[in-house]
Amino acid sequence: MPKKENLQKVIVIGSGPIIIGQAAEFDYAGSQACRALKEEGLEVVLVNSNPATIMTDTHIADRVYIEPLTVEFMEEIISKERPDGLLATLGGQAGLNLAVQLAEKGILEKYHVELLGTSLKAIEKAEDRELFKETMQKLGEPIPESTIVEDVPSAVAFANEIGYPIIVRPAYTMGGTGGGIAENEEELIEIVIKGLKYSMIGQVLIERSVAGWKEIEYEVMRDGNDNCITVCNMENFDPVGVHTGDSIVVAPSQTLTDHEYQMLRSASLRIIRELGIEGGCNAQYALDPNSNQYYVIEVNPRVSRSSALASKATGYPIAKVSAKIAIGYSLDEITNAVTQKTKACFEPALDYCVVKFPRWPFDKFIYADHTLGTQMKATGEVMSIDRNFEGAILKALRSLEIGVHRLHMEKMDAWDDERVKKNLARINDERIFVIAEALRRGLADVDEIHEITKIDKWFLCKIKNITDIELRIGKEELTPKLLRAAKDVGLADRSIAELSGKTADEIRTLRKTLDILPCYKMVDTCAAEFEAATPYYYSTFHAQEDEVKTSHARKVVVLGSGPIRIGQGVEFDYCSVHSVWALREMGIEAIIINNNPETVSTDFDISDRLYFEPLTTEDVLNIIDKEKPEGVIVQFGGQTAINLAESLQKAGVRVFGTSVDDIDRAEDRERFDEVLTQTKIPRPRGISVTNLEDAIHGASDIGYPVMVRPSYVLGGRAMEIVYNEDELRDYMSRAVKVTPDHPVLVDRYMQGTEVEVDGISDGVDVVIPGIMEHVERAGVHSGDSIAVYPPQTLSSKIIFTIIDYTKRLALALHVKGLLNIQFVVANDEVFIIEVNPRSSRTVPFLSKVTDVKMVNVATRVALGSTLREMGYHSGLVPPKPYVAVKAPVFSFAKMQDVDIALGPEMKSTGEVMGIDYHYARALYKAIVGSGTNVPTHGCILFTVADKDKEEMKQLAKAFAELGFRLVATSGTAKAIQSMGIDADVVGKVHERSTDIIQMIKTGKIHMVINTLTQGRHSAKDGFKIRRATVEHGIACLTSLDTAWEVLRVLSFMRERRLVYSLAIQDYVGGGDGLA
Amino acid sequence: MKGKLILEDGSEFHGTLLNNIKATGEVVFNTGMTGYQEILTDPSYCRQIVTLTYPMIGNYGIADVFMQSRKSFVNGFIIGELCEEGSNWHYETSLADFLTKQGIPCLYGVDTRAVTRKIRSAGTMKGILVPDDAAQTEIDELFAVPIKKDVVQEVTTPEIYTMESEREHAPHVVCMDFGVKQNILNSLHALGCRLTVVPARTKAEEILAMDPDGIFLSNGPGDPKDVMDAVEEIRKLAGKKPMFGICLGHQLLALAFGADTYKLKFGHRGSNQPVKNLKSGRVHISSQNHGYAVDERSLADLPLEVTHISVNDGTVEGMRHTSLPIFSVQYHPEASPGPDDNMYLFDEFWEMLTKGE
Repeated sequence: MPKKENLQKVIVIGSGPIIIGQAAEFDYAGSQACRALKEEGLEVVLVNSNPATIMTDTHIADRVYIEPLTVEFMEEIISKERPDGLLATLGGQAGLNLAVQLAEKGILEKYHVELLGTSLKAIEKAEDRELFKETMQKLGEPIPESTIVEDVPSAVAFANEIGYPIIVRPAYTMGGTGGGIAENEEELIEIVIKGLKYSMIGQVLIERSVAGWKEIEYEVMRDGNDNCITVCNMENFDPVGVHTGDSIVVAPSQTLTDHEYQMLRSASLRIIRELGIEGGCNAQYALDPNSNQYYVIEVNPRVSRSSALASKATGYPIAKVSAKIAIGYSLDEITNAVTQKTKACFEPALDYCVVKFPRWPFDKFIYADHTLGTQMKATGEVMSIDRNFEGAILKALRSLEIGVHRLHMEKMDAWDDERVKKNLARINDERIFVIAEALRRGLADVDEIHEITKIDKWFLCKIKNITDIELRIGKEELTPKLLRAAKDVGLADRSIAELSGKTADEIRTLRKTLDILPCYKMVDTCAAEFEAATPYYYSTFHAQEDEVKTSHARKVVVLGSGPIRIGQGVEFDYCSVHSVWALREMGIEAIIINNNPETVSTDFDISDRLYFEPLTTEDVLNIIDKEKPEGVIVQFGGQTAINLAESLQKAGVRVFGTSVDDIDRAEDRERFDEVLTQTKIPRPRGISVTNLEDAIHGASDIGYPVMVRPSYVLGGRAMEIVYNEDELRDYMSRAVKVTPDHPVLVDRYMQGTEVEVDGISDGVDVVIPGIMEHVERAGVHSGDSIAVYPPQTLSSKIIFTIIDYTKRLALALHVKGLLNIQFVVANDEVFIIEVNPRSSRTVPFLSKVTDVKMVNVATRVALGSTLREMGYHSGLVPPKPYVAVKAPVFSFAKMQDVDIALGPEMKSTGEVMGIDYHYARALYKAIVGSGTNVPTHGCILFTVADKDKEEMKQLAKAFAELGFRLVATSGTAKAIQSMGIDADVVGKVHERSTDIIQMIKTGKIHMVINTLTQGRHSAKDGFKIRRATVEHGIACLTSLDTAWEVLRVLSFMRERRLVYSLAIQDYVGGGDGLA
Repeated sequence: MKGKLILEDGSEFHGTLLNNIKATGEVVFNTGMTGYQEILTDPSYCRQIVTLTYPMIGNYGIADVFMQSRKSFVNGFIIGELCEEGSNWHYETSLADFLTKQGIPCLYGVDTRAVTRKIRSAGTMKGILVPDDAAQTEIDELFAVPIKKDVVQEVTTPEIYTMESEREHAPHVVCMDFGVKQNILNSLHALGCRLTVVPARTKAEEILAMDPDGIFLSNGPGDPKDVMDAVEEIRKLAGKKPMFGICLGHQLLALAFGADTYKLKFGHRGSNQPVKNLKSGRVHISSQNHGYAVDERSLADLPLEVTHISVNDGTVEGMRHTSLPIFSVQYHPEASPGPDDNMYLFDEFWEMLTKGE
């Protein structure tokens, strides 16, 4: 029963696709909120466009709408569902902005929907810069001198008054999009122009910079009775100047006296009270390292990324409690889920140290600017827990999966001292490694590094503790005492091995002989003051007592997927969670190991036991030694988990599902060729080379264009299509390190239709829940393509072949569980591109639209059940009568210097789904949902490569027929004009300096259709044009296939009703099919 | 030097002993994440061995401004990591130096969570700090040392002293010092009070002779029933002047009115303790440090009503007289360490003091 008795049905807004600044944390928050509301007997309606989430599962909410998060669709859903209340503070900035729009447009009033939790007024007070400033002034809370401007001259005038450096922040954005620090007038002008563009309300805040101060955050809760508590405070390792999402963060604060801690805590309480927030809120401060002076930097009147972190760091379920507050409960009426005895009205006490480390996409975007500033760039993060900072930071590093296991980057070995020193001053993703390197080499002491970086000496001393031990291991004999000291600071066996010239196995054996084993401790919100029931644990070598009691029940470990990154997103967390649920349904204890605080899988009430630990061989084996499970499941944790399969098996651990050897047969080029020969399945011609000469030879033999990539890839890393020998040479020298151990694959590039299949096999039968056809032809990474279920253009013969090949492959590879295959269909022939013997990115999407519980079935199969027992038969599950379209979502606005042109390297950070009985409308929903700004009229710029000109002509004609005005670069214009269609000629960027760019800037061009010429040099015109479209928020289509589908949508928009919504429950239940 | 904590029940916890000083005392734990200096110098911990659950201690060093009394009265200190180099602009000396200078036995590098779990389940008990190689006879001797009872005498001010106010007609408050924390005095002083701090054994007549506008009963260490002579004086003072008690002062007040106190299993010690104000219905987070509590049932027929309870275990956290201007709380509104959510209580006292004006 909700406390507010008028409530029966509540609508919850999700946060939409994963983008930089808004990641999986809102799936976690939203799922928790929906469950909390259902617990109270409320009917829950959920709207979210992101299918890769747990929250859009039909058992999380009573009615799930996977629809675009726009006012139009929201109104349609509200008018249909008639909810009593709306909960918007758990869907990130996207959800909050949408709620504000719904309220402002009078839609909430019209349908008598109450905005639950924090009021609109409170949201405005926190979000609107001017109102916020007024509120803070009224409270006497200091904020940096600032002003709000709507144009550049005012910004310059203000800066001249208070002096540089100046921080620029746009109003109403997420992840600090469009902000930055300006050191001088020129920089200020540039940043302000951009900021004005990104702000939803055309305002930017410019303010005094307090860069170099301590950055401190508080997570605060308030209920309707004005009870307030702080859940946790956090201190940033990186001083003010780096976006908190890009900062290394520790919880609780480490260098604050009790006085400072309480001073900022009290300020947080005053602020949340004055704003009148009901639920969770986050307050950020800059604290002078040399006095008690502080400034309030920012207040988020909602559950945020930091709330997810604080929830995982303390065990306090902020989203759940916020949801209960929203429906009328007060904090002292809500039970503390951890202790089950105490109430939610208390402040967690931590008896460990938490470190959050951001995961940046620079491994994918090698050309991106690595500098960190006020604009967030991380796609995800990891969290770690230990009894000391050293242990926690090293665990965090191991969790990142960026090829490091300690504070050491191999490439820096080649740097001379000067370079190391110079890099100390650079604020980028490698700074902490540079600091360690400088300490290791004795180039600077803690005081000097502090002077340069402003990082608190406490943190620097801790890093020095680590490097000191490292140096000792390098020099001294590895005595039991030294080994113990090394484990005390948290060095991995692998690191100790590397430093002492031994192997990790030797260290492990030695350690076990000496009884140097980790203890496992509980996260219990109360520092052991009360008995707790949370099955939430972390390891430490810094303790005497292991308090975790294992059971003798049947149990299985599920490996999670680590941090969110490009190529491995929330969808793998979805799979891990479903696998856990399947095991629990089977009566088997499910133990999960993961390190991502943003996810549902790391919620302590999902599994029987949660170990918040790095996903490395050592860390996993330590848990397995303790728990002694029947085995592990690796197929749901993406490449992260798959990569551990071999070493775990070697250590004697049973791997459930497809065997390690069969995984290798699918991933190893030569062994896979044997499988294909044996099964008589064709693949594009290709070779594997280990040096440049062979590559050039092979490529000319196969014939250009060729697709080149390193073996063992994730998300198409460093994969490119090269059209000639020069490009091939360039690629081989730049993108990959070729060695005999790491060959490069050179394949014929086939320009055909790409098709993707997910199947489940038990070794006898092969069930194919669905086939997806990609809109973009092969060459665009499958994760960046628009995928359509069921296929729209494939003949039954082709589909039959695909089913046949899938069966053959699954059986030949002895797959026990899931597999994902990508095919290319060219000239009516089917070729295989790639097989992944594990769950894929499309599993949540396909599970939802086909209503086949793919992960559940696959988990059961992996543990020995047969598909027939479960009622499945070999072959394709009959396609549904509706169409679902999955469209990629990019975060290019956050990533300067990244080319947005689609190619074989994955670039998208998230996805949305459009579903409808009409293909065109499903497509429309997907495109609108993805945030692509499709114009209905105006001017389209065409500038395409020569090879595309012929095909482009028809497209241009069709757009012209819809009434669009066309402009084009000279060659492209000539081709268009040859069709007898008008096209104004515009000068190329390098010919007439700013012509096209200027037109884009001034809003004269509404969409750009541009295909890559060749090479990918930033200097090229195309790159400049494409970046300009990003900066100015207009659609840029870099594949003609996408353009055709946009055209289809545009034609459809003229004939049909656009806004039409059904819940997923309706679609899969077969209702309302007459739309 | 390697050392260990041995508890009465025989359990041992290992660490490193700073300065090789041995100790005997009642082992208690505090869950605060900051404020180690305030905890160390809070006289209420007199003769106890204090365990901190937060595992990294000493991070911001020691500074004179955070002292809660003239020295530390604890018998021992058990912590996880001892931070050698503190970092903060307030930093004056390191925690290790402070402990050494004060002669406080400290066992560090200890799994303090394990100690806490032990005490949580078995209750507060006696323990000793010894080197790892201590002989059994030495251990037996240390355990044989009785836990001193009359601890208030040890911490109370030996002489009367005053804190003048710059304010004209400042209300005069006499503070009975049972081990008062500096920040209580500072808080009263900041209100505008003129303070006279008197030793715990000061007679009621002497106090009344000072012509106070109000009387403050301070916090302090130990079992309130060990301070029955003070209870007697408080009984005499009751009704004569507005009265405010904190912690031990609250317990003594209860005893003075004929209520009873009892020992809690492991006490409340930390900065995160929720307290519900029964009148407003509001919950405030409080700083607490008490091993004893007032028995709610014993208040039944007395002119005292419960005003505050602990949200965690429902025990009495505050009371007031039904007709006289007398009230008290079990927790620490003055914070230091801990949250200042409860400063409003000082304001309430101020109103009582100034009502007559």
